[in-house]
Amino acid sequence: MSERVFMKGCEAIAEAATRAGCRFFAGYPITPQNEIPEYFARRMPEVGGVFVQGESEVASVNMLYGAASTGTRAMSSSSSCGISLYSEGVSYMNAARIPAVYVNVQRGGPGIGAIQPAQQDYLQATKASGNGGFRMLVLAPATVQECVDMTYRAFDLAAKYQNPVLVLTDGVMGTMMEPVELPPMKSDEELAELKAAYHYRAVVGHPLGEAVFCRPGGIGGGWEEINKETVKMYETWDSEVEYEEFMMDDAEIVLAAYGISARISRYVVKALRKEGIKAGMIRPIKVSPFPYEAFDKLDFDRVKGILNVEMSIPAQMKWDIEYAVHGRCPIAESLRSGGELLTNDQVLAAARALAKEVL
Amino acid sequence: MEKQVYKKTLGVLPNTVSGFCPGCMHSTVHKLIGEVAEDLGYLDKLVRVEGVGCCGLGQLYVSHDSTIAAHGRGCAVATGIKRCTPESLVYTYQGDGDLASIGMAETILAANRGENFTVIFVNNCIYGMTGGQMAPTTLIGMKSTTTPKGRNPEEHGYPIHMCEVLNQLTAPYYLERVSCDTPQHVIATRKAIKKAFQYQLEGKGFSMVEIVTSCPTNWGLTPIAALDFLRDKMFAEFPLGVIRDKGAVK
Repeated sequence: MSERVFMKGCEAIAEAATRAGCRFFAGYPITPQNEIPEYFARRMPEVGGVFVQGESEVASVNMLYGAASTGTRAMSSSSSCGISLYSEGVSYMNAARIPAVYVNVQRGGPGIGAIQPAQQDYLQATKASGNGGFRMLVLAPATVQECVDMTYRAFDLAAKYQNPVLVLTDGVMGTMMEPVELPPMKSDEELAELKAAYHYRAVVGHPLGEAVFCRPGGIGGGWEEINKETVKMYETWDSEVEYEEFMMDDAEIVLAAYGISARISRYVVKALRKEGIKAGMIRPIKVSPFPYEAFDKLDFDRVKGILNVEMSIPAQMKWDIEYAVHGRCPIAESLRSGGELLTNDQVLAAARALAKEVL
Repeated sequence: MEKQVYKKTLGVLPNTVSGFCPGCMHSTVHKLIGEVAEDLGYLDKLVRVEGVGCCGLGQLYVSHDSTIAAHGRGCAVATGIKRCTPESLVYTYQGDGDLASIGMAETILAANRGENFTVIFVNNCIYGMTGGQMAPTTLIGMKSTTTPKGRNPEEHGYPIHMCEVLNQLTAPYYLERVSCDTPQHVIATRKAIKKAFQYQLEGKGFSMVEIVTSCPTNWGLTPIAALDFLRDKMFAEFPLGVIRDKGAVK
């Protein structure tokens, strides 16, 4: 039986991770995600897990590298400017094919930016989370329930592909409370099985002759072959594309948004419909791999304009939309950034203006 | 009757020839680590977290589970591994640039938490593989590719003494500085590594064995002249001996 509780996004993420079998967490304080490490500090001892407050984001992500390399389900979290410091460890985890989960509760940027919510790490998250041109699955929840479900699922995805998985959320979701249904707690037996399944790659517990050399590159060569193998994995990710189409059947104006911006856009679509404007929304559920097909397959005889709604100035997801749309209809923007929030009214006004221009 | 008095440790791969430069002591240290873990019966639980540069060359020779940490992050990676598998015998293998420059924070904070693993710190006062740049331990006046006129304290500061730095902390259990320039010192290094590993197996917490070594290639000296430099100059700056041993019988 699942359990229904009222929880804050950050705490719900931590509880979902615990239930998914996370038994190691390392992280460094940064607003607005402090409730994640604080929750783990209380929760891990209850389930025989480990919580370490790292001395920095750099140390924390490398602790994650070590912990996950043993086959233990492990996680870390940070926010925007802290996530920049994760680049090193995340790139190493891709190179060494270590399964790990991390969470970015986005805040304003660039630089220190602001502690208030934003969506300004899209390109970093989806295109270049570290050196070397690697890719990751990036999940973008739009409700606290999705924070729970996606965090829970992220561990299975990390294990399936032996690659780091990022849950990309923001300071609104992280600090907002909503009722959620919590998934079942994975049993110690299940976790032992999962650990055993990874043992052939784990960096611990092998007799001589069977030793594991866990290598994020280095001396010895053969890395290009590994890169080619990794590309083969990326090519299977067509099956991982995930998006929602909301009121798209007859839509003439399409709002494109993920995460918190999609919640606002959902309201705006309904409001436009009441005004007689046929609006719809495409919401990437994973922002990597990006659902290009959702835009590519649009009937552009009917769809007259797309509104990119993002809490980022400059727009970032727009690059992916433009790539898919390829000039077949105009793409307008409704944006905020630096910790300033989008409002229903702002997006509604932008959508009305677009409709007036193209319909 | 012949009697076998010496055999190569199983802790390094069979049929390998060390590719380290003539006069380098890395191969000796690798051998000692393997011998000690073999003596303790822990080769199947031994986990190596190696640094980059010449320390990373060890991946070609060791026979036990191992991974490479990003530059400086050995103590963070080892923290993750040891906390998740306390039954493992975990050590980091790091040089001076790795441990005392880019990894200073990770080293000090792991030591301060009393993490229960062992640091093998190979201090040769220079960045080896990158071609001889100044390290945090480079001696005053010592020439490197980034201090072509010699290390000038007014501009570059002074050599950092890591054992003494860590000795300011409460948690570390065992800190000793050794070398491998003579058979006697090699035996002392072997004993120090064994003691550190035993303390880890007893759950005593953080230990570091600093091994002061030579780098003839980047010092621009012959192996023999490098040994003279080691004894005359390096030991004067980095005196050998036990800096702390909480387990010593009083």
